[in-house]
Amino acid sequence: MRRHLLSSLIALVAVVLLVSAPVFAQGAAQSQVTAKPAPAAKAWTMPRTPDGKPDLQGVYSNATNIPVARPANLGAKEFYTDDADKAASAATSGRGGRGGAARPAAAADPEGNGLAVHYDTSQFGLGGPTVKRAASLRTSIITGPEGRVPALTPEAQKRAADRRQFQQEHQWDSAQTRPLAERCVTWGFEGPPMMPVGYNSTLQIVQGQGYVAIVQEMIHDTRVIPTDGRPHGPAEIKRWMGDSVGHWEGDTLVVETVNFEPRMAIQGNAVSDAAKVTERFTRVDADTVLYQFTVDDPKTWVKPFSGEYNMVHIDGNVYEYACHEGNYGMANNLSGARATEKK
Amino acid sequence: MGIQSGNMQSRLGKWLIVAAAGAAFCLLAVMPSSAQAPAYKAPKTKDGKPDLNGIWQAMNEANWDIRPHAASQGPVYSLGAAYSTPAGLGVVEGGEIPYKPEAAAKQKQNYTDRLKLDPEVKCYMGGVPRSTYMPYPFQIVQGTNTMMIVYEYAGAVRVINMAAPTKAPADSWMGWSNGHWEGDSLVVDVTSLNDSTWFDRAGNWHSDQLHVIERYTRVAPDALQYEATIDDPKVFTRQWKMSMPLYRRMEKNAQLLEYKCVEFAEEVLYGHLRKQPLKGDSK
Repeated sequence: MRRHLLSSLIALVAVVLLVSAPVFAQGAAQSQVTAKPAPAAKAWTMPRTPDGKPDLQGVYSNATNIPVARPANLGAKEFYTDDADKAASAATSGRGGRGGAARPAAAADPEGNGLAVHYDTSQFGLGGPTVKRAASLRTSIITGPEGRVPALTPEAQKRAADRRQFQQEHQWDSAQTRPLAERCVTWGFEGPPMMPVGYNSTLQIVQGQGYVAIVQEMIHDTRVIPTDGRPHGPAEIKRWMGDSVGHWEGDTLVVETVNFEPRMAIQGNAVSDAAKVTERFTRVDADTVLYQFTVDDPKTWVKPFSGEYNMVHIDGNVYEYACHEGNYGMANNLSGARATEKK
Repeated sequence: MGIQSGNMQSRLGKWLIVAAAGAAFCLLAVMPSSAQAPAYKAPKTKDGKPDLNGIWQAMNEANWDIRPHAASQGPVYSLGAAYSTPAGLGVVEGGEIPYKPEAAAKQKQNYTDRLKLDPEVKCYMGGVPRSTYMPYPFQIVQGTNTMMIVYEYAGAVRVINMAAPTKAPADSWMGWSNGHWEGDSLVVDVTSLNDSTWFDRAGNWHSDQLHVIERYTRVAPDALQYEATIDDPKVFTRQWKMSMPLYRRMEKNAQLLEYKCVEFAEEVLYGHLRKQPLKGDSK
């Protein structure tokens, strides 16, 4: 009897284990949807992530020859008619704009004092013809008939003037009074809005469940943007890159950002607590994402402004830019300033 | 017949009791085993991979010392009990790090000089594996051919290549990560790490020969098991391994915030070069 009871028990345990194991496995299998490979088609179709969202993933260059502000001689002309028109116009306006345009150091720094040039990007193979750019006939990144960042409000003019005065009086006092980029706190171009810089204009997008993450090579600044419908975080939490939440409007990723750290600058001007940036990411072909943005900060600019450029897919990687870790320049600058004072 | 029938009933009754006892036993046996790694099946992403998406954080004392350690006084007397070291069971399998003799001596010196030498004090990126168990959350964003791991501390970030393995052009703070799936585990091969990061605040260290193989495995709805196999022939006599659970940040509004710590390290790094030295050591 004893033996009988024991054997029943063992048999039962075995049965329950056999039954329960597939139950667990089934639970996992049910939550799994078989990935459908995209149908092969000659015409470009929007690639999608397994959850059906437009697939923006990849490594992109946002380097561009388009200047932020339109050259004054072009008036309200938003687009060149063709490449020849663009070339002729660039020759007369004498500028290549941001984004790693190859330019001789002497022209950018006519007095040779080294202040106007951070790096001669072409010398290091960082800019110029080595960087892939999206083709564009735009005359300026800022869109609209004016094609430039609007005027500052009186409040923002005062803010800027105060800051300039403080800088002049204290620029060599300490690390804390040096420019943010030199301190490797922020370059100010990582945004939002993300603006092309002279070099390192490379970024990577990865999409996970409920999030879109964007890492920019420029000092590895990264935003992990929730797209799950949550609201912005508490207004007490200010951030250098702001507080971004995203949602999909059709096939466009729309990202709204508020709660900027008050020392964060957009186009060189510190923003206010009213600043809001809206970005739109739309994949327009196999290689290109159209990036559009609107900056609205009524305490800083007299009206909102918008801009756009194309990001172009590149082969390769985003590499680590350990800006702070390698910032020997800060100690050199400050010790130089102390040595100068002793003279 | 009546007797026989009574006998049947009694046998059925006994069988039912055995069945009930058996079921109870099975429940007891199955429940704990489902909390262990082999019995738990990780939920899958829509493309059929184990779903590691989430905001994760360690809940242990490896941050202070990855080895077993008693509580101890912190390095700054004026900070008292608030910034002293809590005791920890350690995360190193076997408890001991197999240092070569001269490397063990360097660890002791690192510990003595930790206020001056610890890269964390300077807001330098934490490296791998240290970034995993610092007391800050990190987020895994699981893409189609790439995964991104974003760490709140110092805004460090790694992109894990899930396609054919590639080679780093140079050493870096967060290294070069090639990943692949082994069953339900994400295995990440991390190379080209520089020699400037530490394992913890106790000065446990490595050279630029460090090679880390990480394994991330879902073991429960809100937990990952993390393993890191450490190889560095310049510093250790053999390979060794650390392991620990990582937990999901379950707050409904959980998100990575910004810890751009450069500003917090400028005084310790550059204060001696100020025009007007600060008085005292407090804000």
